[in-house]
Amino acid sequence: MSAGASPPKPPRPSSWTVRVREAGVAALPPEKLLPDGQPTYVASWIYVFGVASIASLVVIVASGSILALKGPAWWHYTGVGHFFNSIHMWAVELFFFVMVVHLWGKYWMAAWRGGRARVWMTGAVTFLVAVPTALTGYVSQQNFDAQWISTQAKDGLNSVGVGAFFNVTNFGQMYSYHVLLLPLAVVGLVAAHVLLVRNHGVVPPFELDKRAAFAPAKPSTDPPAATPAGGHL
Amino acid sequence: MNSAGAAVIGAVFNLNHPAHTVDWHFIHMSVANVVVIALMLVVFVLALLLPFPGAAGRRGGKS
Repeated sequence: MSAGASPPKPPRPSSWTVRVREAGVAALPPEKLLPDGQPTYVASWIYVFGVASIASLVVIVASGSILALKGPAWWHYTGVGHFFNSIHMWAVELFFFVMVVHLWGKYWMAAWRGGRARVWMTGAVTFLVAVPTALTGYVSQQNFDAQWISTQAKDGLNSVGVGAFFNVTNFGQMYSYHVLLLPLAVVGLVAAHVLLVRNHGVVPPFELDKRAAFAPAKPSTDPPAATPAGGHL
Repeated sequence: MNSAGAAVIGAVFNLNHPAHTVDWHFIHMSVANVVVIALMLVVFVLALLLPFPGAAGRRGGKS
């Protein structure tokens, strides 16, 4: 072999697990997935509501899991069951409260700027999917309130022709939607939303965006200012 | 449950009546929902106006 021969290239991995791993690490390297700082503009109360939504979602899933383990009638005849049902209900109230403030904040920031369209869309779709997730919970209460809500909702859904596929008076179907199908969708969408935020970074204020647009083409060598307060989304 | 126990776990407000509603043209909402929406607006404005703890120091390059 001659001395000038180039070393042989490593063979391209044929394993799909290696290809998925390499694509994952390329899209979200560890320092981007779990950063140790955020830009200075993230130090504002308006950036807190995203992580507050996730915190309340954790409480919802935890309390809902306990209620699912004990069955849908448990909260009617035990004090502990009533307690966990109340925790579940008030966590949902808090979830929608902070998620709506988060959505308003991101709407007025035009948070889809800078290639963040998928970040915005996953967030908006999460809100839309969370609504039927909560409503199927109201019709799964097994009380007169649930009967009233389901019979009112039945007429509305029949009027738009979906009552045969989504029957709100069918407790088994609604309970399955509430404890499995829709929560899976919400948690999956939230996970995708958070990973996209990590990938694209938190949307900057309008002033910084405009300054960047008029900046010279030469890239700056200064590292971006960062706060040590990681975790705000 | 005795009456004292019921009073302890009972609602702060008397809920034993049909919901109070706000009616204005086609708008028909319960007072409870109007209060929640008003609170969300108040919290949104406060989040924009209130200073975040330590934010001024970080923007001044002290981080």
